[in-house]
Formats: sequence, C-alpha cells, structure tokens
Amino acid sequence: MEAIIQQFFNLDIMARALPLVLAGLRQTLLLCFIVIPLGLVGGLVFALASLSSSRTVRWSMIAAIDFFRAVPPLVLLIFVYSGLPFAGIRLSPLTAVAVAFFLNTSSYYGEIYRAGIESVGRGQWDAARSTGLSAVSTLSHVVLPQAVRNVLPDLVSNTVEVVKLTSIASVVALPELLYSADMARSVTFNASPIVLAAAIYLVMLWPVVRLISRLERRMAS
Amino acid sequence: MDAARPPILEVRGLRKSFGHSEVLRGIDLAVAPQEMVFIIGPSGSGKSTLLRCCNRLEEPTSGAVHLGGVDLMAPSTDINAMRRKIGMVFQSFNLYPHMTALGNVTLALRKVAARSRTDAETLGMAALDRVGLAAKAKSYPGELSGGQQQRVAIARALALEPTVMLFDEPTSALDPELVGSVLAVMRELKAAGMTMLVVSHEMRFARDAADRVIFMDHGVIVEEGAPDQIFAKPREARTRAFIAGLTRS
Repeated sequence: MEAIIQQFFNLDIMARALPLVLAGLRQTLLLCFIVIPLGLVGGLVFALASLSSSRTVRWSMIAAIDFFRAVPPLVLLIFVYSGLPFAGIRLSPLTAVAVAFFLNTSSYYGEIYRAGIESVGRGQWDAARSTGLSAVSTLSHVVLPQAVRNVLPDLVSNTVEVVKLTSIASVVALPELLYSADMARSVTFNASPIVLAAAIYLVMLWPVVRLISRLERRMAS
Repeated sequence: MDAARPPILEVRGLRKSFGHSEVLRGIDLAVAPQEMVFIIGPSGSGKSTLLRCCNRLEEPTSGAVHLGGVDLMAPSTDINAMRRKIGMVFQSFNLYPHMTALGNVTLALRKVAARSRTDAETLGMAALDRVGLAAKAKSYPGELSGGQQQRVAIARALALEPTVMLFDEPTSALDPELVGSVLAVMRELKAAGMTMLVVSHEMRFARDAADRVIFMDHGVIVEEGAPDQIFAKPREARTRAFIAGLTRS
C-alpha cells in the first residue's frame, strides 16, 4: 500500500511536477482552441460538400471522409510531420498537429453534421424556399439550427474525443499535457505526474461528459 | 372565369416526370385575379405536383408557368423574388419548430424582403392578427394546436403580401374539430379578394366558396366547371365515380 502511494499518489512529487504539468495544460488548451473550431468549421464544409448536388463533389467528399476516418489519427500525424518533409514540406509541430487534426476531426464532425442536416425534414426546405429564402439562408436560418440541435450530444461527444486526442501531439514533441507529465515522470522516476495529468483531464472533461448525458436524456424525452 | 380579365397565374403544357413515371401530362390552367380554384382528384393524380410546379419547388420537365405575365421558367427570372408573390401552405404546416409564431412569420420579411426587425414585426403581427393569432405571437409551434399551426403557416405566407396563394391539402392533417378555424381564415381571404389555388377535398367548403373546381386524374385535367356542376352533375364518368366515393366516406 505504502509503495503504491509512493509510486502513484506522491503529493511531494506532484507538487514539484506541477509547474511543468500546468505548462503542458496551457499547450493542450491552446491546441483545443485551434483544432476544435477548425474541426467544427471544416466539418460543416465537409458535410455540405458531401450533400452537394454535383455527383463528383459528393462522391469525392464521401471518399475523403471515409479515408480520414479509417486512417488512425496517429498515423496521419506522423505522416504529416515526418513523412511530408520527404516531399519538401516541413511543418512545425503545431502546424502538423493542426493539419492532421483538421483532416481527422473535420471528417468526424462532418458525418455528424450530415446526419443532423438529413434529420431535418424536406418540408422545412419547402416552406423556407416557398417564401423566397435562398438555399444559403434556408440552411443557415432554418435547417442548421435544427440540425445542430438534433445532433448536439454527438457534437459534444466528439469534442470530448478531440480533447483527449490532443495527447497524440506528444509524438511530435509538442509539450502538451501528457508530454509534460511524461517528462516529469522520466525525471522523477515516479508515475505520480501521470496520475496528476489524468486527474486534470478528468476535472476538465467530467462536467462535459455529464452534460452529454443530460443532453441525451433531454433528446430522448 | 371572367374572360375579360387576363389570368394572373397561367400554366401551359405543363409536364413533369419522376424517373420513368409521368406525373403531369400536359396541364393547361389559367387562374383569374381573385378567383378561388379547387383542384380535386384521387391521390397520385398529380394535384400536389401541379401546385409545387407553380412556384418551382418542383422543376417542371417542360411547359410554362407565368405569374402576372412573368415567365417563371425563364433563366433571367429571379425565382426567389417571384416566390414571395406566391404564398404556399402545406398539409403538414412545416412551421420552423425552433422559432416562435412571430419568428416564423417574420423570417422571410427580414431575410428576403430586407425589412428591419421592427418593420417586420409590425407586418408580422398584422398577419398573425388576420388569422386571429396575435395573442400567440410568442408561442412556439409545439405549443399550438394543429389548427393554430396551420393558421400561423397561412400568416407566414400572407405577411409577404402574395398575389396568389397555393394551398396543398391545408386541412388534411387536422383533427375534424380544428378544420373549421382554418377554413374560416380561407373564407376571409377569399372575401378580401385573394387569388387562391387549393388542393383539398373539403367538398362542402368548395361548394360554397370555390369559383371553379378542377378534377384531375392520372396527370391530366379531366373536367372543370362551377362547383355545383362538378359536384352535382359531373359530365365525365371518372369524375362521377370519384365524387360518389367522396360522398360515401
């Protein structure tokens, strides 16, 4: 018991690691503020393209979305960061993460938006278009507000996944939360900094997970 | 129809196919200003498709639609501008569930007619008042009865001051006790001189409100005439069979 506390819940070590881990948290939050909006906007573009009336646009978008959902994000990130330099494209860790996340998360958000848009009945389009609203106005004022509301739990769930996924940025030496905690571990020969990082993720995401449950219950009723 | 008045809505040689099935097979129809025309016919006869072709919610395969002399099919025609002049009311109301009654009525005023919010709300309240629902302006569709929802939908079309209104089975989705309130609004519109093209099986209403009744079957107009003639002395066997079926039910 004593040994477990020493190795995993060592408050002394956690206190020493705290500045480093907090610096990592800052990086993780920064990453989130970049990749989540990027994914939400990219996803919308992906969704609209996959619903395009042009067959070429529609099928190439669906193929792209399938591809980026099937390729593991870690593989995508390593390819963007370590593979593209062979083609002369050298990206900073942050840019590489942003690009890989854009492709991966836009595909997931895109599928969610698409389901949402398809859940809004044809009659809503008919009604709006019959009053002279353009397709764009119909989408932005009538269809999207309902679509987003219908898939809100999925959008938030996916956002939680994205936040957790930012930890893969550690493989390109971007000092986010996990990377910093792991550095602290290797310096202190103690796992407590990792536990501290886990606790921080938990505190950040647990309220959101609760929110999802409540949203889902509200949707069901 | 009064031959002296040029038609406000004119459909000529209208055809519409979905894949291999031809739903409209050459429709010619002229509606005079202030006229109320009923279209009846069995389901699948193309009534709704005809209505939906009149504002190009459905793209006709061939043929012409003119509103007030403007060719709706012409590439140079701004169809969104023309649609403001063609109010449409749907069987399933199609109100925007995330907006209040007033929000439903003012959306197109603000986004299409480019009215200011205050302006749009004044016009919107007037439209809601006309259908007797000014008191429900702040209610959401989910809080309204079917009859009230349909009246809001009528107000939504009315607010744009259309020259013609299309009704696609406006009372078919309503409980019987709520039908009267919607018909009363349509009657008021008729009295105010609105031109209306109505797909509906409300026979009694058609008999005393319609100027003309059109019977459609299999994508063509089989017979048309004054309501008394169509309902009491139909010339065509198909019309007779259909009317007899309606009366029985």
